[in-house]
Parts: sequence; C-alpha cells; structure tokens
Amino acid sequence: MTASPAMPPAAPSRAAPRLKVPLVMAGLAVLLVAMAGLGLSLGASGLSPRDMLRSDLDEAGRAILFDIRLPRLLLGALVGAALAVSGALMQGLFRNPLADPGLVGVGAGAGLGAVIAIVLGGMIPAGVQALTGIYMVPVFAFLGGWLTTLLLYRVASLRGHTSIATMLLAGIVLAALAGAATGILIYMAADRQLRDLTFWGLGSLAGANWTKLAAAAPMMILGLAAAPLLARGLNAMALGEAVARHMGVPVERVKRGAILGVAAMTGAAVAVSGGIGFVGIVVPHILRLAIGPDHRSLLPAAALFGAVLLIAADTVSRLVVAPAELPIGIIMALIGAPVFLWILLARRAVMEI
Amino acid sequence: MIRLAFALARAVLPAAAARAQERVLSIGGAVTEVIYALGEEGRLVGRDTTSGFPPEAGALPDVGYMRQLSPEGVLSVAPDLIILSGGAGPAETLATLEAAGVRMLTVPEDFTTDGVIARIEAVAGALGVPEKGADLAARTQAGLDAARAQVAQYDGERPRVLFLLSNAGGRLTGAGQGNAADAMITLAGGVNAVGGFEGYKALGDEAIAASAPDILLVMSRGDDGASEGVQDDDDYLTHPAIAQTPAGQAGRIIRMPGMFLLGFGPRTPEAIAELHAAFRRQMSPQ
Repeated sequence: MTASPAMPPAAPSRAAPRLKVPLVMAGLAVLLVAMAGLGLSLGASGLSPRDMLRSDLDEAGRAILFDIRLPRLLLGALVGAALAVSGALMQGLFRNPLADPGLVGVGAGAGLGAVIAIVLGGMIPAGVQALTGIYMVPVFAFLGGWLTTLLLYRVASLRGHTSIATMLLAGIVLAALAGAATGILIYMAADRQLRDLTFWGLGSLAGANWTKLAAAAPMMILGLAAAPLLARGLNAMALGEAVARHMGVPVERVKRGAILGVAAMTGAAVAVSGGIGFVGIVVPHILRLAIGPDHRSLLPAAALFGAVLLIAADTVSRLVVAPAELPIGIIMALIGAPVFLWILLARRAVMEI
Repeated sequence: MIRLAFALARAVLPAAAARAQERVLSIGGAVTEVIYALGEEGRLVGRDTTSGFPPEAGALPDVGYMRQLSPEGVLSVAPDLIILSGGAGPAETLATLEAAGVRMLTVPEDFTTDGVIARIEAVAGALGVPEKGADLAARTQAGLDAARAQVAQYDGERPRVLFLLSNAGGRLTGAGQGNAADAMITLAGGVNAVGGFEGYKALGDEAIAASAPDILLVMSRGDDGASEGVQDDDDYLTHPAIAQTPAGQAGRIIRMPGMFLLGFGPRTPEAIAELHAAFRRQMSPQ
C-alpha cells in the first residue's frame, strides 16, 4: 500500500492552482445555486417557486413546495456532500483510489440494519417501535452502520495504533458476515418485504421531510465541518505514515477523526437515502483531475460537487417517469458511470492507470 | 373485527357520504377493480402500477409502485380522495400526504369472502355511493354464495394443489399459508399441498416431491389473461422435482391471470367458480 500514482503527494499541481482552485470552487458554488433553483422549480406537479409567493396558494401547493420539495432538496444536498466528502476522506486515509465509505463497513452494516427493520420490524419490542415510529428503517440503518464501524475500528486498533491494512481486510470480512446475516433475513422475508428491500438498495429521497432532515442533518453537518481539519494531516499521510509522523502530524488522531467522520456522515446519509453508490468514488476523482489532490481544496470542492450531483440526479429521478419516480441510485449510475469512464479514457495517460 | 375496522375508517371520514369526491386516486389493483365495478371510474385521476384491470385503467397516470409512493407524484394528479389498499406506503409518504390535507381511506387486506364484501362497501362509502355499493355487494355476495354452493356439492376427492409464484432458473417459489393463493385454493375446494410457512417461499426439490400435488396452479402473465406466461407448462411439468409428483406425471396444470385469481375483488366469485371447475376437470378420470 504505497502512495498511488493517482494521488501524488501534495505537491503543487501542474496547472497554476492558485487561479484554478478558486475558479473551480466559484463555478461549483454557482452550479449548486442554479441546480437548487432548478430542483425547487421542477416536479411532477408543475408548481414553480414563483407560486410560493402567491397568497392564494392552496394547502396542497404549499405542502408540495415547503414540505416536500424544500426538505428533499436540502436533504439531497447534504447527502451528496456527505457521501462525496466521505469518499475523499477514505481515499486519502487508505491511500487507495478505490476506497469508498463502504470499506469501513458502513454500507454493509447500514444495509443489515435496514433489512432487520424491514423484515423483523414486527418482532422488534413495542417500546422501540413507539420510539422510532415510522422511522424505524433509517434509525436501524444508522445504528447498523455506526456499530459496524466502531467494531471494525476496535478490531484494527492495537495499543493505540490503528492498522489501515488490518482495517481493510477486516472490513471485507465484516461485510461478508453482514452479507450472510442479510441473506438469512432475505430468506425469511415475505414477498412484499423483498420488494421493499430491493427499493431500499436502489436509494431514494422520496421520504424526505423536515423530521428526517432535522434528525440526519446535524450528523452530516458536523462531519462536513470537521473534515477540513483533517486536510493537512491527510496531505502529509499521502507520503506514508512514517513520513507524516516525522513531520509532526498526529497520525492516529487523523485516522480516528477520518473514520469517525465517515461513519457519522455516511451512516446518516445512508439511513435517510438508502443505497446511493458511486458519489463517493466519482466526485473526488473528477475533482482531483480538475484541481489536484490537495485535501485543503479537495474536501470543500467535493462537498459542493457532491451536492450538485445528487440534486441533479434526484431532479431527474423525480421527472423522468412522473408522476412515478425512478430510484435515484439507478440515475446516479446511469449518468455517472459513462461520464466517469469517458474521463478515465480521455485522461488515461495522466492517471497512469 | 374487520367490519369494525371499516366502520372506524368511515367514522373518521364523516363527510364521505355527504360530499362526492370528484378527483379520486386509486392505489392497489383490488381497489381499482372495485371502483370500476361500481361504475365510478369517471372520477379516477390516477392509479398505481399494480392496477392493471380493467385494461382501460392502464390509460390513467401511473403514480408508481404502491409501496414506494412519492408524495409529489401523488399530489401532482391533484386528488381530493386517495383510496389505498392495505400495505401501501411508505409511511413517510402517507404522513406527508395527510399533512397536505388530502383525505385518505385505507382498505385493509383480507383474504376472505367477507373481506371482499367489506372492501366493496368501504370503497363505495368513501366515494359517497353507498347504494351502488350495497347493490354491488349484494351481487357479489350472490356470486360468492353460488360459487361456494357448487364447491359444497362436489363430493369427489379434494385435490392437493401447489401454487407456484415463479420458476426462476429452476428454483420454484410456492405459496404457504396466510396468503391469497392459499385462500383461493381452499375456497375452490382444494387443499394446499404445502404448509408450515407463511407467505411465499422458495421450495426445495425434496419438499416439492414430498408435497405430492395433484394439480399445479400458476399465474399467466398478462393480467387480462390475453398474453400467456413466458414459461410454458412444460417448464413446470418437466422440472425434476415436479415430474415425479402426481401433477407432473398426469400433466395437470392450471393457469389463471394473477389479479383475477388473487385480487379478492368483484371478480372473486367468478374466479372461485372457474378454479373449482378447473379442479373438477383435472380430477375427473380421463
């Protein structure tokens, strides 16, 4: 696990980064505002934000704009930012361009939690049911992701030192174990629960509302706010842990911060949106090509670009088969995969892959 | 108990009988069938993916799969009344719709003949046409009574019937207890060949051989019954586990459209009679 050629150390990148980085950032910010406006204006019901100002807006219209589209937009932006930043953190931490939040077991654990809630929902004690109400699936998904990550972290840590290689392998093993447990539950599941499971895996923001946003947002915002603090440490660790340690970087604290940050952000994101893949891989890679691997600019740019991408995909998912909805995971892979492949092919020489 | 639930649902909707709802969204194939049977389809502004009968319903805007509804999609057809089959969701969407002030009535699922009648009455009540509902309920009840009388008259051997949901890659999924297929087999005078589990499950080859069905019951693909399934009868009958059973050896297989057979709606009397007649045909010595 040496530094990958895809992510050279934090040396100044080829093009003049001083000009390029602010330009890309500004462009992404403008894009985010434009995309948010578009997402708020478009929808199956054909209401536009101009209608928001109308005093004679009926109850259903008000509900569509303020209780459906707006929380969904904010949730989409946060989920996109959280997933993209988590991906960038993981790739930096593991010094591996293939790393994504799934590596630390959040995905498999959250999946298991969701499946437990969907299949065994009726058997869960009434007290817990009353506490979680209709949000049992997101709550269990979050707990599943969080517990798996903590377990993995304990497994990989010995006397205050966390072995990244052990964590990677243990992550694969734990994911297999969670997969087996999920398989048993899928076997037990009834026909309809199977359909719920399938849809959960494809991801959707359709259930977004203020309650969900209020529950999930603090976790994601906390993670997003803390991520830039890790940037210098991750830059140094790109040279290798030993070098970073000699440079005076608190390597263990950076690792712990990155792992917990990713668990919080991805756990909350997966809990409210289901299985939306791809953002954590594609966004950081495209940005590294554009502005270089310096985490100080990469992390905020990933947050902006992730938010833009997810809002865009969600808008498409709401419109393409309206009034029904196509799961967002499908859209994400359908748009994202060819674009990413095209970029890879076009920049093959530079990426040296 | 079920009647009580319906009565409660009606009590919560006091305006139902007084004020006719002009824009109705139907979620669930069984509900859609009832609305058409009541002759109230003119008020429908949308349907869900499972509403495939009658074929005209296909022309209505489709708001998606009944367990995966999106709030804006539902509101975009501007319904003032949503009638949902039990199991519609997700709960977050229903909560948002409730908050948006749309009237909703959920008709619980119930795989009994009483449930069919109760469902008709509940839907008619919500639509504000209780007289039409009483009329349809009476006709349906008469049909049910006639079909059950036929079944009761049958003094031959009650066939062991295996309902198969699918035959994906040679793996067969069959119906246990507590589902529409099990209820229909029993109503039509058969005996469910497999037991010991609820709902639909993948069956092992040995379990199928041990269940020794006399007849296989499968769904034909198109809900109108026009297009037959992609798997033809031989795919089932030559399956190694089935080939050894009485059904496999005598080549006894019955195909019926899914919604017709399992919908527990206005067509159920007809479905019971047709299934029973098919049982008789298959079991009569050649």
